[in-house]
Amino acid sequence: MNTIVVGQLQRQFQDYIVSLYQQGYLDNQFTELRKLQDEGSPDFVAEVVSLFFDDCAKLINDMSTSLERPDHVDFKQVDSGVHQLKGSSSSVGARRVKSVCIAFKECCDVQNREGCLRCLQQVDYEYKMLKTKLQDLFNLEQQILQAGGTIPQVSMN
Amino acid sequence: MGMETESQFHVLAVDDSLFDRKMIERLLQKSSCQVTTVDSGSKALEFLGLRVDDEDPNVLSTSPHIHQEVEINLIITDYCMPGMTGYDLLKKVKESAAFKSIPVVIMSSENVPARISRCLEEGAEEFFLKPVKLADLTKLKPHMMKTKLKKESEKSAKEEESEVSKPEIEEEEAVIEILPLHQELESEQLETIVSSSNKRKAMEEVISTDRSRPKYNDITTSV
Repeated sequence: MNTIVVGQLQRQFQDYIVSLYQQGYLDNQFTELRKLQDEGSPDFVAEVVSLFFDDCAKLINDMSTSLERPDHVDFKQVDSGVHQLKGSSSSVGARRVKSVCIAFKECCDVQNREGCLRCLQQVDYEYKMLKTKLQDLFNLEQQILQAGGTIPQVSMN
Repeated sequence: MGMETESQFHVLAVDDSLFDRKMIERLLQKSSCQVTTVDSGSKALEFLGLRVDDEDPNVLSTSPHIHQEVEINLIITDYCMPGMTGYDLLKKVKESAAFKSIPVVIMSSENVPARISRCLEEGAEEFFLKPVKLADLTKLKPHMMKTKLKKESEKSAKEEESEVSKPEIEEEEAVIEILPLHQELESEQLETIVSSSNKRKAMEEVISTDRSRPKYNDITTSV
């Protein structure tokens, strides 16, 4: 094991994950999620996050359909979609996605179609952005493990 | 006395969302619980062995076909579910004679005080706001322990009733002198008294006396 390489990778990982928290992509709930990963469930975070992104894609697609026709918007369906999205983003620690969901819900409550469409676009952007970021993070993890190192525990206060 | 070996608590988790089921399952596993997840209230009732009458859904009967080998120590359920809500499930459990002693915990992503008090009034032990954290689950252990201890004390109480014929022996220290000679007590009875009595030390000294010796004054007593 090349300890210098491992050390570098670990530092990179640490810096990267800290920046994700600082830029508001992730919040404390992501830390909670990482606590649930162990030798028995080594891929838990990746699995849950993957489920979340699949959910995002599906819900956004359904809501898009509901919002399509200006004269015939199914706000009930949209509300249900936002509720689910807000719940799962909250559970995963996807802070920015969750923030958009809060705004999204408000637009839905007052049946503001334009507002909903804007929020929909934004939530789509945010989840895809987070997906890329987390993919980079998981890649770093893999590199550390392949180099024979361990993934550092990062505690955010 | 048959002390139960430290077995894991078994929790039944109910949530219609796959994502949430995966989360709560991992949380419970990480807290050393055995988990069964189901996606609806009716499936939860089925799992417990409660059959819902097709004609009148308010009538619940215990299915004669369910073996009841699975002992559930706690039910944790989401509040918002299509069909039977977590509240409905809570009510059904508390109304059933067979299962009302199982502690029920409700989870919800919404902080609605009226909802929370309604659930607690109906008999829910706890109300967790989602996302549920590992720390929240430590609150569950006391509720689950209660049902286990209750079952164990009910068991040993039954054993005492059927086997001990002279319960007064347990009370006084001076009783050692008036203890009947070993021949008069069945050895199993002696052992039961010993295990359930507080004056165990004194009793053990009586037991350890060589039973082949008939002489009364050979029994050593120490106070």
